[in-house]
Amino acid sequence: MAKPSPDTSIKEFSPWTDPDEKPLIRFKNVTKRFGDFVAIDDLTLDIYTREFFALLGPSGCGKTTMMRMLAGFETVTEGTIELAGQDIAAVPPNQRAVNMMFQSYALFPHLSVYENIAFGLRRDKLPKDKIDARVTEMLKLVRLEKFARRKPHQISGGQRQRVALARSLAKGPKLLLLDEPLGALDKKLRQDTQFELMDIQETTGTTFVIVTHDQEEAMTVASRVAVMDEGRIIQVATPGGIYEGPNSVYVADFIGDVNIITGKAKAAGPDKYFVDWGGNQAPILATSERPFTDGQECHLAIRPEKISITKEKPEEAENAVQGKVLDIAYLGNLSTYHVELPGGQIIKAQTANTRRLSRRNITWEDPVWIRWNATAGVLLAE
Amino acid sequence: MRRFAMIAVPYTWLVALFLIPFLIVFKISLSDAALAIPPYAPTMKDGFTALIQGLDFENFVFLTTDDLYYKAYLSSLKIALISTVLTLLVGYPIAYSMARAPEEWRATLMMLVILPFWTSFLIRVYAWIGILSNEGLLNQLLMWLGVISEPLTILNTNIAVYIGIVYTYLPFMILPIYAALDRMDDSLIEAAEDLGCSRMSAFWLVTVPLSKNGIIAGCFLVFIPALGEFVIPSLLGGSGTLMIGKVLFEEFFNNRDWPVASAVAVILLLILIVPIVLFQRNQQKQAEAEG
Amino acid sequence: MKRLSPFNITALTLGFAFLYLPMILLVIYSFNESKLVTVWAGFSTKWYGELLRDQAFLDAAVVTIKVAVLSSTLATVLGTMAAYVLVNGGRFMGRTVFSGMIYAPLVMPEVITGLSLLLLFIGIGLDRGVLTIVLAHTTFAMCYVSVVVSSRLVSFDRSLEEAALDLGCNRFDAFRLVTLPIIAPAVISGWLLAFTLSLDDLVIASFVSGPSSTTLPIKIWSSVRLGVSPEINALSTMMIGIVTIGVISASLISKRNSVRAQKDAQAAERSA
Repeated sequence: MAKPSPDTSIKEFSPWTDPDEKPLIRFKNVTKRFGDFVAIDDLTLDIYTREFFALLGPSGCGKTTMMRMLAGFETVTEGTIELAGQDIAAVPPNQRAVNMMFQSYALFPHLSVYENIAFGLRRDKLPKDKIDARVTEMLKLVRLEKFARRKPHQISGGQRQRVALARSLAKGPKLLLLDEPLGALDKKLRQDTQFELMDIQETTGTTFVIVTHDQEEAMTVASRVAVMDEGRIIQVATPGGIYEGPNSVYVADFIGDVNIITGKAKAAGPDKYFVDWGGNQAPILATSERPFTDGQECHLAIRPEKISITKEKPEEAENAVQGKVLDIAYLGNLSTYHVELPGGQIIKAQTANTRRLSRRNITWEDPVWIRWNATAGVLLAE
Repeated sequence: MRRFAMIAVPYTWLVALFLIPFLIVFKISLSDAALAIPPYAPTMKDGFTALIQGLDFENFVFLTTDDLYYKAYLSSLKIALISTVLTLLVGYPIAYSMARAPEEWRATLMMLVILPFWTSFLIRVYAWIGILSNEGLLNQLLMWLGVISEPLTILNTNIAVYIGIVYTYLPFMILPIYAALDRMDDSLIEAAEDLGCSRMSAFWLVTVPLSKNGIIAGCFLVFIPALGEFVIPSLLGGSGTLMIGKVLFEEFFNNRDWPVASAVAVILLLILIVPIVLFQRNQQKQAEAEG
Repeated sequence: MKRLSPFNITALTLGFAFLYLPMILLVIYSFNESKLVTVWAGFSTKWYGELLRDQAFLDAAVVTIKVAVLSSTLATVLGTMAAYVLVNGGRFMGRTVFSGMIYAPLVMPEVITGLSLLLLFIGIGLDRGVLTIVLAHTTFAMCYVSVVVSSRLVSFDRSLEEAALDLGCNRFDAFRLVTLPIIAPAVISGWLLAFTLSLDDLVIASFVSGPSSTTLPIKIWSSVRLGVSPEINALSTMMIGIVTIGVISASLISKRNSVRAQKDAQAAERSA
């Protein structure tokens, strides 16, 4: 069911790096206001054909508004949205080659699964046999052939989700919008369905735009992720790019777990800086392609799994600090240690539990050393 | 275009058959009897000044000179008020007991409360004539029991009107109170008792305040229609029962005095506006509280 | 598990006795042989026969049903439109006046509604008859329909309509193919309510009916004013019987539906 590794396809598929590639969707300085409230603030964004694009952000960040503008349920206050090079402002929702899968699924309760999927095809006045063939194909795609004659309330939540997907794909849209498509499913089912969505996206070759507040989901399915906040896009990058190279403390903090150490920068050679972070500690060495001036405030973001923890003082470490174990969160496969540094700051360090629990040698109140490389963290200005 | 039609059709209908007739009543209430014959001269045809000149408050002045009218208003208010209180006293224990009933009974109990709604109002009032009259079933029963030796005169008195109103409007009282009590969490009572309340004080301190909105809604739902009631006082009340709906009806059909009938209607409406506005506010507040 | 206290049981017993005893007595005495309503003189169905031979009652019944069918159907169409406009119509000129006109007739005393409509009909020279009663009943019944339908529309998931638009419907088709079938139960309840209100109305009909268009309530009214009559008892029994059958079967249907919905939910879980 799942494809071998999402990473391989990402390497091959990167139209956004090709300057000649024409985007399928182009937001040009789009602003959307509801009365005085600015939902989308002067936003510019390109999305390419066959992309699986995720809009990620907390609720109220404007991601749903962007999707509804693409579907045609909201008008743009300023700026233009182009679909395949054409301004779509004047095209009503029922004539856009865009279909949407609703968060509530919006399955018609009075129609069977078959009729729900056929609904859009019937509006196009297709001949009967064509409709039948297409619906059958869709039912097969989502593995619901057996349930064609059931009503939506007679099938499970996961099946409803697949009906909604089939219905929105039946008309073969250029662009499929998915509004929190997995939000109503429980965790286990959600993970299976993520891979299924990716499979279907690949099989049909449709461009998907997904709206989600679940960062894990965005990271798993998307070719690129746009992190949004308060009507603006903070960063657009591949999942790897977002995780390893966040452009701001907001993004670093929003995606996954992170330690932030704030201090003052001081040049220490080409692309290298010392971070003077107070206390009587030695400055931290970090690399950064972004330039910092001496004395500028900076934030070092380091993921807990990039920090290792030992009882003995490590030799030849670029950065090593001594502290005391405050707390241990045992997660089964991983353990997270909360280490309190002499200045009072708490740093999280994560290790894989390759050994059995009984043989772990670090426990509460133990004095420990934590260490990381200069390249482990990202130095951020804001 | 279709959106326009969706709005325009019901809108026009209501303007033509609700708003305009109402303005006509208002206008006639300010006209002289002689002029109140169709087409209600002076009309707009004669120009606005003539229209204004033709209007006066004569009919309203007349209402104040004849004490029949103000007595009728007062008596309507009194009857509506007393019947509302009586309906509450009868309805609350029923609604309360319904809310305490086992889950599987409740749908049936609800249906039993609603069923009389669907039967003819007129027939339900009529049913009491045979019960309350001097030779009626109630008197027969009481005499058979030996409680009384002479039949009681109940029919054609205000008491019969109270009984009629309580009987016909009881579902309006039960339903909102039941709805409020049904939503109430039982553990609140247990918590109150746990904190030292007796059964009775838990009822007064927790149950009653929480059903307040239902009580208010129920009281308005009984009071507002009872005030303008016509069928019940006409059938069950006597010649001494004065209610404004009845006076209006008789003024119009028996005396054929349209301007006075219209003036009576306008004042009835003015009296009704206060409880209606209060009711609306209560409903809105409740809707907001429920979010 | 809740348990009813003796107080609860007493309240329910007395309450429902109060609600139902008068009607039960009415039914019993409709089978009374004697014309004197208060004296039981043996079982008889003769008053039913008498009633069915009374041409005036039959004529009135025909007029009433004609009026009720026409006015409730018109009221359902207009009331559903009004509800849709009020819930989904957004802002438009005179929206406040419109919602005021929808809610006002619900609390307006019938004597005033009847009087004002009569004055209008006289003013425009419309002869009183079936048409005027239909117009009057439609007007106040549409407000009830609109309240029933709008309470359903408020909980209606707007994304269903958006999904229909998204799949190629225009607004009218979305309403016809999606919204209407889903809110149909509320529309039907609205129709039934309008029908009952029309059947039941005495006061407004008294104002706006003409000599040739006597409705059943008017007919009942004029005989009831003279006191209790066994014929009216028989008629009442028939009306109570029809309503009881209707309400009980409606509640059985809704019970069956909820049982089915439960089974469906179980089936859905199993299929997962």
